[in-house]
Amino acid sequence: MKLQQLSLFLENRPGRLGAPLEAIAAEGINLMTLSLADTAQFGILRLIVREWERAKQVLEHAGWVVNLTEVVAVDVPDRPGGLAEVLRVLESAGLNIEYMYAFSLRRGDKAILIFRFEDPDPAIDVLKTAGLHVVDAEELFSHFP
Amino acid sequence: MQTELWNDAAGGFHPVSAPDFLPEARLQEVQLRRLRAVVGRAYAHVPLFRQRMDDLGLTPDAIGSLADIAKLPFTVKTDLRDTYPFGLFASPMGDVVRLHASSGTTGKPIVVAYTREDVDVWAEVMARTFAACGLHRGDILQNAFGYGLFTGGLGAHYGAEALGATVIPVSGGNTERQIMVLKDFGVSALCCTPSYFVHLIERAREVGVDLRELPLRVGVFGAEPWSDAMRAHIEAEAGVKAYDIYGLSEIIGPGVASECAAQEGLHVFEDHFYPEIIDPETCRPLPDGTEGELVLTTLSKKAMPMIRYRTRDITRIISEPCACGRSLRRIRRIGRRSDDMIIIRGVNVFPSQIEAALLEVEGTLPHYQIILTRERGLDQIAVEVEVTAEVFSDKIRALEAVRARLAQAIEHICGIRVDLRLVEPRTIARSEGKARRVIDQRNI
Repeated sequence: MKLQQLSLFLENRPGRLGAPLEAIAAEGINLMTLSLADTAQFGILRLIVREWERAKQVLEHAGWVVNLTEVVAVDVPDRPGGLAEVLRVLESAGLNIEYMYAFSLRRGDKAILIFRFEDPDPAIDVLKTAGLHVVDAEELFSHFP
Repeated sequence: MQTELWNDAAGGFHPVSAPDFLPEARLQEVQLRRLRAVVGRAYAHVPLFRQRMDDLGLTPDAIGSLADIAKLPFTVKTDLRDTYPFGLFASPMGDVVRLHASSGTTGKPIVVAYTREDVDVWAEVMARTFAACGLHRGDILQNAFGYGLFTGGLGAHYGAEALGATVIPVSGGNTERQIMVLKDFGVSALCCTPSYFVHLIERAREVGVDLRELPLRVGVFGAEPWSDAMRAHIEAEAGVKAYDIYGLSEIIGPGVASECAAQEGLHVFEDHFYPEIIDPETCRPLPDGTEGELVLTTLSKKAMPMIRYRTRDITRIISEPCACGRSLRRIRRIGRRSDDMIIIRGVNVFPSQIEAALLEVEGTLPHYQIILTRERGLDQIAVEVEVTAEVFSDKIRALEAVRARLAQAIEHICGIRVDLRLVEPRTIARSEGKARRVIDQRNI
């Protein structure tokens, strides 16, 4: 039920974001989504890709330090209040979100929320018990040809 | 003798400067007598020195002439570290009236000691320093060298008092207050590190104070290398005559050598500190006029005699007569060192200390680089550290914590705050052979 997320360290200066993305594009690896967290000095690029093992290898070979993290994907109806509902569930269970990001699917009316928890398993239980739809890798990537 | 140059600004002669003008033969007589005494003292009371003499089959009797100093073993900075804290003292603690300390190579400071007589000699050579820089009774000296374990503050303080000047012991830092004192107290002379003074000039301008309009006429600068270009800048921007002074804690603190009105090299107070120049590779003595490493012997120190101490400072001895009339030989201004010690804002920092700090936090040594810059006259030190798989995290908070831990470890070991920057792997240039760990962009 968990997704593998790749994270890369980037210095916060012009041109740094392009290099790793080009490296995986050159290998024909398609990105599902990404998020960028930054401070004044550095940034962390987080990637969700189907072929994460190959992407990790390509990036490491090119010299990046790549971190592998398990994240949780939840799909919600793409309408006002979709996210708020999920957050209420997590909040009432006392679960802390390390960070999150979201994107909409090209087809259909779904949005995908990606959550990073310190411990994903109890969070998945909470989400499921609340009747929310936790998306696994196979299902998620099935949306992408 | 050209007495009119002794104390050019005041025109008055201060008797404390008399030894500066000893005829050469008389000076050498004093040096030899003191050299024999100090070697005898170190041999009798400092086990490390005695051991080294014994190993060479030497006794203090080996010193028949000044040239015989070349027979004696060297003392190096690590000797002070290895015998930390009091191992090189030649006086019982009952005779020691003062301790100072400066940073060493491993985080442990180097401790130096003074007897009452040593403190008096220190005051004398610092009084001679200020006299050579044109100060006299009636001058108001703002002493912005740091007071405390650092030798600068108290060394300058006692010297200025011995000369009869009025000392304002403002110590380092607090630039706004420095400017207020400069403006309100009729300060005529100021001493501090040159980089701090440049900062002070800029800050003063920002708050609408033009130092050129104040009574300030002399700046006495030391504790870090600085260039003639910086001197020209200081003299033009502050309307002062800027003098370079030289010293080091291991020998006494400030007061080892000083410029005079001629500003063509620094006179070594060689009746107390005997200078030699050696080839840093072969350790052979070099003749006057040849560039090499400065080696100093304390001729009159009681609590902590230093025999042939290797300063690592690269210079040459100027033995030609000086326009000021002082018979003391001079050393050329010091621009570089033979080891990798960085002097930043008067604090000694070694790349090995930075390494130790990084190692402590990360467990293994990451690739790193030290970058020195000078911004608005103040020295800045940045340490760039490549992110390793061991410390990298997908969480900003975790990376910020790593950065903070690295910076804290460096501050703890080196005593200096650095701008710590995490950089991408493989971005710091690798070099073949000895790594270039320090990028000095200060244009000294």
